Amino acid sequence: MKKFRKIFGVRMDVGGRMRGGGPNAGRFANASMPEGGWATLKRLMRYVTSRYKFSLILVVVCIIVSSITSLVSTMFIRTLIDDYVMPLTQTSNPDFHPLAMTLLKLGIILAVGVICAYANNRIMINVGQGTLLRLRTDLFRHMESLPIKYFDQHAHGDIMSVYSNDVDTLRQLVGQSIPQVFNTVFSLVITIACMIELSVPLTVLTVVMSFVMVFTTRKLGARSAKYFTNQQRSLGAANGFIEEMLSGQKIVKSFCHEDEAIAQFEVLNEQLRSNTYNANKTANIVMPVNGNLGNLIYVLCAIIGALIALSGHIELTVGTLVSFLTLSKSFTQPISHLSQQVNSVLSALAGATRVFNLIDEQPENETGANVSLVNVEESSDGSLHETKKRTNLWAWKRPTSDGAFELIRQQGKIELFNVDFGYNPDTQVLFDIMLTAYPGQKIALVGGTGAGKTTITNLINRFYDIQDGKILYDDIDVKDIQREHLRRSLGMVLQETHLFTGTVMDNIRYGRLDATDEECMAAAELVNADDFIVRLADGYDTWLSGDGTNLSQGERQLIAIARAAVANPPALILDEATSSIDTRTERLVQEGMDLLMKGRTTLVIAHRLSTVRNADCIMVMEHGRIIERGTHDELLALKGKYYQLYTGNQIE
Amino acid sequence: MIKKLLRHVGRFKTASILTPVFTTLEVVMGVLIPYVTAWIIDRGIMQGNMNNVYLYGGIMIVMAALSLTFGIFSGKFSALASSGFAYNLRDAMFKNIQTFSFANIDKYSTAGLITRMTTDVSNLQSAFQMVLRISVRAPLNLVFSILMCVFINMKMSLIFIIAMLILGTSLYFIISKTVKLFTQVFTKYDDMNKSVQENISAIRVVKAFVREDYENKKFANAAKGLYKLFVGTEKLMAINHPVMSTVVYGCIIALSWFGAHFIVAGDLSTGQLTSLFTYVMTILNSLMMLSMIFVQMTMSAASGKRIVEVLDEQADVSNPEHPVMEVPDGSISFKDVSFSYGSSEYAIKDINLSIKSGETIGVIGGTGCGKSTLGNLICRLYDVNKGSVEVGGIDVRQYDIERLRNEVSMVLQNNVLFSGTILDNLRWGKSDATLEECREACRMAVADEFIDRMIDGYDTMIEQNGNNVSGGQKQRLCIARALLKRPKILILDDSTSACDTATDAKIRKAFKEEIPNTTKIIIAQRIQSVADADRIIVMQSGRVVGFDSHEELLKHCDLYSEIYRTQTELSGDFDEKQKGGAA
Repeated sequence: MKKFRKIFGVRMDVGGRMRGGGPNAGRFANASMPEGGWATLKRLMRYVTSRYKFSLILVVVCIIVSSITSLVSTMFIRTLIDDYVMPLTQTSNPDFHPLAMTLLKLGIILAVGVICAYANNRIMINVGQGTLLRLRTDLFRHMESLPIKYFDQHAHGDIMSVYSNDVDTLRQLVGQSIPQVFNTVFSLVITIACMIELSVPLTVLTVVMSFVMVFTTRKLGARSAKYFTNQQRSLGAANGFIEEMLSGQKIVKSFCHEDEAIAQFEVLNEQLRSNTYNANKTANIVMPVNGNLGNLIYVLCAIIGALIALSGHIELTVGTLVSFLTLSKSFTQPISHLSQQVNSVLSALAGATRVFNLIDEQPENETGANVSLVNVEESSDGSLHETKKRTNLWAWKRPTSDGAFELIRQQGKIELFNVDFGYNPDTQVLFDIMLTAYPGQKIALVGGTGAGKTTITNLINRFYDIQDGKILYDDIDVKDIQREHLRRSLGMVLQETHLFTGTVMDNIRYGRLDATDEECMAAAELVNADDFIVRLADGYDTWLSGDGTNLSQGERQLIAIARAAVANPPALILDEATSSIDTRTERLVQEGMDLLMKGRTTLVIAHRLSTVRNADCIMVMEHGRIIERGTHDELLALKGKYYQLYTGNQIE
Repeated sequence: MIKKLLRHVGRFKTASILTPVFTTLEVVMGVLIPYVTAWIIDRGIMQGNMNNVYLYGGIMIVMAALSLTFGIFSGKFSALASSGFAYNLRDAMFKNIQTFSFANIDKYSTAGLITRMTTDVSNLQSAFQMVLRISVRAPLNLVFSILMCVFINMKMSLIFIIAMLILGTSLYFIISKTVKLFTQVFTKYDDMNKSVQENISAIRVVKAFVREDYENKKFANAAKGLYKLFVGTEKLMAINHPVMSTVVYGCIIALSWFGAHFIVAGDLSTGQLTSLFTYVMTILNSLMMLSMIFVQMTMSAASGKRIVEVLDEQADVSNPEHPVMEVPDGSISFKDVSFSYGSSEYAIKDINLSIKSGETIGVIGGTGCGKSTLGNLICRLYDVNKGSVEVGGIDVRQYDIERLRNEVSMVLQNNVLFSGTILDNLRWGKSDATLEECREACRMAVADEFIDRMIDGYDTMIEQNGNNVSGGQKQRLCIARALLKRPKILILDDSTSACDTATDAKIRKAFKEEIPNTTKIIIAQRIQSVADADRIIVMQSGRVVGFDSHEELLKHCDLYSEIYRTQTELSGDFDEKQKGGAA
């Protein structure tokens, strides 16, 4: 049976490796416990056991039962020969009845063992996969709640790898390694007990030798860990190079730089190859080394045991020695197996640490915010009443000191007072920003790259929280408004367009989930996106994937604008919304946008004069400060920076 | 497919052959060692013969040493073979990708190509290593053990044959079903990862529209679907275990029963019975291993398929047999040119143009009207579907591609800088350019002013994708890079869109004064960028609707005058001043 479990181990390793990607299997193959490893293990166990207490108790019972039955089957051969076959050969009239009965009993015991083993596997599938499901959804839910800052500070590839690599290593740990380790330890204990009963000195010898085995494995492990780190490093270098070159492949082509690229790649590729070779070589050696150390232990036991038995000083019969030798085989095997498990457990723990790190990240804090946005109806006397209907009238619902709520009409007045901000504490990007947008006004922000235009809009919708100053929305501090309600009140078209996998219709409807097809189409028509959409292969049902790579940049922006239009929000923020749309189309879009902006407070960031010209107020920004403000005509008359910037109609 | 992949074992063939050889030797030792252990007991301990214990113990240690050596060699060679195999695959893919035309590149996404070169290769690498080592071990064990059984007792080995039949059929059914399920699992898995990726990159959109709950639900559904599929697959695979144990236990009981009878009848010795017990385990183990190899192979088949796809991709733009090595001048002509990017709709249709060497040509038109396509065809980034494009009076398809692209320098719309110093990046245009030449090019591209302001000047490190320079700076560096080629034709595809108009005008002025003999094609959305060109091509929906000077076009081309109006009327008299300044 032990052998079988070992085979199963092989199978599982194979399955696990497939998804993790070969060389990654040894990514954290460090022979010592990572910092906080025990804490992580404990936390992981708590995470698993909290949901599956009963299942796990059952699993433990099943493992014990199946280990015992497998031991019974190994021991049975001796019973068969000594108690049945030998006596039977001695009688002239053999009676096979007792043997039949014993075999029947054995069959029943083994059947129980099979059932238990199956039950154990079956339950662990649910436990393992169930835990992964829970972990993934927890991870995702938590990730969605994290502040934008988190996504700024972490490479997207790194966050991704938590899902694709780290969670996967846990699947192996929870579903296979832990039960396997438990199983092995349990059989070891039983075997040791049996061995001690047979002969204490030989047991001591075996145990000491086993330590040598563990030691060598760890030594080899440490060596291969070093190589695996090298391998990871060169893998990273090669991947980085591949990524950069393939992303710039068209440049490589147009500059005929292919040969240089190949030459550079070959160097990196060769480094990767030699490191992979060294890492795998050491890892591959562990198995034969262990197996043959087991053989060595066997021989030593045989020789010393025989010496002891023959010398007669210590009680040791030949029969016992033979039994002991059989046991010593089944003792060294799980040890070598166990020591191999160590690496996969460690790498899984490293993965778990990163999973938990993400889960422990501080989400966007929402303390004290108690103002929400509701739809209201206005009665003839001008008073407001909350309604579930979708009216085009909104109000802020604020709790009053007596526990009731007051409704404040949403008008769209946005004010910034002395706002300072920096993405990190030591570099301030906005200085003393003062800005007022009265209800229905169109405010334009202009200025060079990095002047802080986008940052201002990011503060209004609280993608980031300000360090100093105040932002008021209809005279309510935005910090008091629940984030989701604040954002719902602001329609945004972001600088970078992102579309989701799904149809064009799905993507427009993203703005308002309960919008009908007609409403989505109407929104598209409003912003003149309808034109190109109907010309697509499947019109509104055209499937977009990979961020809409099958569309041009301008077309993607049009969909994003339609998406904001269908949301029909009380206020709008447009960040370079039409930058990639040609000027002629832009004019058409502009007409629709003007309709959309009518009566709504709008913040516009643009580099085209046509977009900002008719703004009620234009703010010119430079190095995080507003340096000029006024209407187009006023600013021209000023002959300052604005005048300078628009010596054409474009700003860098 | 396998054949194609195996071709890439290449110079690691020896190692690939030596691995199974050493594995075989290791297996032989593994099969023999139990024999010697039996001798230690039978001939040594049982008989109280210490000399035999030493003798056989010694033999066993020697054999263990041999087995260890073989094992180490097998491990070493398999590592060498598999890492080499991966090296060759990556190398072959990278080289083939370098031959890709733009059309080939468009077909694959960059991310797709990267996955193929990394994850897929890694998958194949471990599959290859496993196949080399285990696929030899398992059948060998099987064959050896069966031989031994038949050798020991013909009748008893019937039990194995029956057991193998039962196990074989049930494994076949389980595996064939799991393989199917596994493919589904991987697709679902990829989908789920894709949605995570999408959420990470579009997190601002998600948050701006307050769609966290919606996305949570969407993801939970995807994760749940994956869970169900995964559990289903694993459940099926878990049946393997009880089936196998039942068969093994059945064999043990059958062996005990018949074995007892045979021994009593004197047809079998007790020692032989013990051996049979050992072999039953080995045989069934090997079967199990074989089945797992099969599963693993099918699992890596997907990766293999994706890799072969890239390896098989034929570059659809290639050098002619007797390429023309000299581009006589910078004249360009389009003769009845039509081109489509693969879809049924033509990107440009029936284009006829003739451009003289040294002319400055502006190209203007709406998004998707075919402006860039025009440029792409001149330096043969794509091949035309109909008609011909001629440079210097010779069809571009007759030139040596490298020569052509050196003489026709194109600054692409989505331009990329590479990590390295500014100088490194500039030298892409001319690998042996001196610092003086680079300065010169940068001066023309108006890039010198900001480079000189940088602390490290021309040695400033550019981050990947040029993240540490602004859009306008990036564009100017890209122009300088293209200028270093000293081309006969220079194509700027919307290359100054992020530069302010003054800079834009300066660049054009420099071109006019310093490289008068170079044909300049300026593709732009901004009318000021093209207005002072010798002639302007006005495009709409893939066709040329006007090709004349600014003044003539204003008079005769409706589209042009409309564009002019929309772009200038809003900026009023301002624009006049600017134009005066630029001229």
